[in-house]
Amino acid sequence: MKIHEYQAKTLLRDYGIPVPRGEVAATSQEARRISAKLAGQVVVKAQIHAGGRGKGGGIKTALTPDETYAAARSILGMQLVTHQTSPEGKKVRKVLVEEASAVRKELYLSLVVDRSRGKECVVFMASEAGGMDIEQVAAADPEKIVRCAVHPAVGFSPFQARKLSVSLALDAGQGRQFTEIARNLYRLFLEKDCSLLEINPLAITAQGQLLALDTKLNFDDDGLYRHPEIRELRDADEEEPLEVAARNASVNYIKLDGNVGCMVNGAGLAMTTMDLIKMAGGEPANFLDVGGSASPEQIEKAFRILTSDPGVKCILINIFGGVLRCDRVSAGLIQAAANIEMKLPMVVRLQGTNVEEGRRMLQESGLRFTVADGLYEAAQKAVSLIG
Amino acid sequence: MAILLDQKSRIVIQGITGSEGSFHTRESVKLGTKVVAGVTPGKGGTDLDGIPVYHRVIDAVERQGANVSGIYTPAAFAPDAIFEAVEAGIGLIVCLTEGLPVAEMIKVKQALKGSGSRLIGPNCPGITTPGMGKVGFMPNFIHREGHVGVVSRSGTLTYEMIWQLTGLGIGQSTSIGIGGDPIVGSGFIDILELFENDPQTEAIVMIGEIGGTAEEEAAEFIRGQVTKPVVSFIAGRTAPPGRRMGHAGAIISGGKGTAEEKFKALERAGVVVEKNPAEIGRRVQEILKVKKDAIS
Repeated sequence: MKIHEYQAKTLLRDYGIPVPRGEVAATSQEARRISAKLAGQVVVKAQIHAGGRGKGGGIKTALTPDETYAAARSILGMQLVTHQTSPEGKKVRKVLVEEASAVRKELYLSLVVDRSRGKECVVFMASEAGGMDIEQVAAADPEKIVRCAVHPAVGFSPFQARKLSVSLALDAGQGRQFTEIARNLYRLFLEKDCSLLEINPLAITAQGQLLALDTKLNFDDDGLYRHPEIRELRDADEEEPLEVAARNASVNYIKLDGNVGCMVNGAGLAMTTMDLIKMAGGEPANFLDVGGSASPEQIEKAFRILTSDPGVKCILINIFGGVLRCDRVSAGLIQAAANIEMKLPMVVRLQGTNVEEGRRMLQESGLRFTVADGLYEAAQKAVSLIG
Repeated sequence: MAILLDQKSRIVIQGITGSEGSFHTRESVKLGTKVVAGVTPGKGGTDLDGIPVYHRVIDAVERQGANVSGIYTPAAFAPDAIFEAVEAGIGLIVCLTEGLPVAEMIKVKQALKGSGSRLIGPNCPGITTPGMGKVGFMPNFIHREGHVGVVSRSGTLTYEMIWQLTGLGIGQSTSIGIGGDPIVGSGFIDILELFENDPQTEAIVMIGEIGGTAEEEAAEFIRGQVTKPVVSFIAGRTAPPGRRMGHAGAIISGGKGTAEEKFKALERAGVVVEKNPAEIGRRVQEILKVKKDAIS
């Protein structure tokens, strides 16, 4: 799960990590008020879940409350397009107004999980080349990035902080400040089940102090059950409406840009079905995993989500019945067809537990659909039906 | 012979009285699996179809000689269930539960180091050795005894592959789902090593997916240490970057973990790479035929 910069900065502040003073505003009037309170130069930053906001015109500086008002007015409500958004961009609903800082140098600091075999732990990544896209740094100058793996049983040690401080060419005072910051970041990462914590840039101010100027914080979805306070930070406006509906129905759905909508049980088989649609010359419209124990009601909900994507021109149902029996899938489809006006051509492939019963139910239902037996055959038939 | 599950396996099911636990225990018994005990804290002294239920794993070990555990406990309690099984000296722990936080799995990996326990999963369909039984979700009807080892990161896609083999008359030595999480107990390499050393296994099917570098590491291992033929497919060529495709571990991040990279790494290692998953069974058939012809 992703959160906004302003939410991430509140968390950092709670953990004693220095961030600029500032507040979030949903209107230009609020932005003006915050600016007046802060006094002096401020930065107005669009709050969307994507990077590259500055280049797209989503970050502006202002010297006075009136300038802040004007900046917020131009940013709020805009469709902000960055290299990480879709071509239509994302609508800006909030801005962060914070005091501007004079920066001497920009550093990079992040925490991630190393999932490679035998090394499973949290890793610090640091670089003197801050302020730019770290993936570009990794590609162009990999030696500029320093890694520091934290032993899970030992925890983050002072020597590791010293090691990183030296790599970042910090002076003694900054080194002490860095040790404190790094220790707190590690604590935050573990306590809140983060999956990515990035501070870029971590600035050295004109006064020689460390300050987290921008930050990105993602959470492990599997850890959310024990953090109601983090779940509350979710912003449904940042997500595809269909994906929000899917989550509420406990269906795993990701919208894509193609025209063959698919409904599959199991994530691996769902990805494979997408791959086969592409291989057969089509484009998948979505990833959809109904799960292992879907009820007919859930199948119906999944079907509704799938068919409410206007891009979908044909539907492919691919079920390998194990725990999820084919007759239950058929019951769900029949129920859905009774409640939704279905005009799209549909290909159904059922295999596995209770397959005969499932096929019989579909045939007797009067539903119009094409039957497929093979895995690839199903994808080919679906693509051919688009015409 | 097969691997991991054999005649000596005596299984305890942790979370046996839950709906998933009881359903799959009964299914596994139908397949001839030797389930000797169940564990549900607070329900010790009861039974499931005559299978004794205990409060603690250690009771199942001491009284019923349990040496394999299947865990169906909900995600919030599953790490504790794993630690308990490790401490009780269970040799093979299969965690079926989905949704364990990564931070917990980092601790689990520490607990496993230096212990005598091997963990499969979490978030996996489990293990089946045809003729011996199963721990986990795999449907009973898909298997057939034979000589092909199957190892995969997914669930239904694995059943699909096994079913394809069975449909062509090709049996399996053991089929294993290692799980779709970013951090799992046993990786491809651990299982490949077991199949390589198993006299019953003649060929291996390895099904990977996007995310992480497990397939690349496996390719390196196969090049150096696997002499048996390996046929492989990677799911997720069309998956968009930065999105978690159902499985927590199936995510392309920072341009890393794509299907193309994995296909290439496996090809370089001499693996038979098949990009159409509907053709995996036939690739295996061809390989076994060549092997047979070479012997005769």
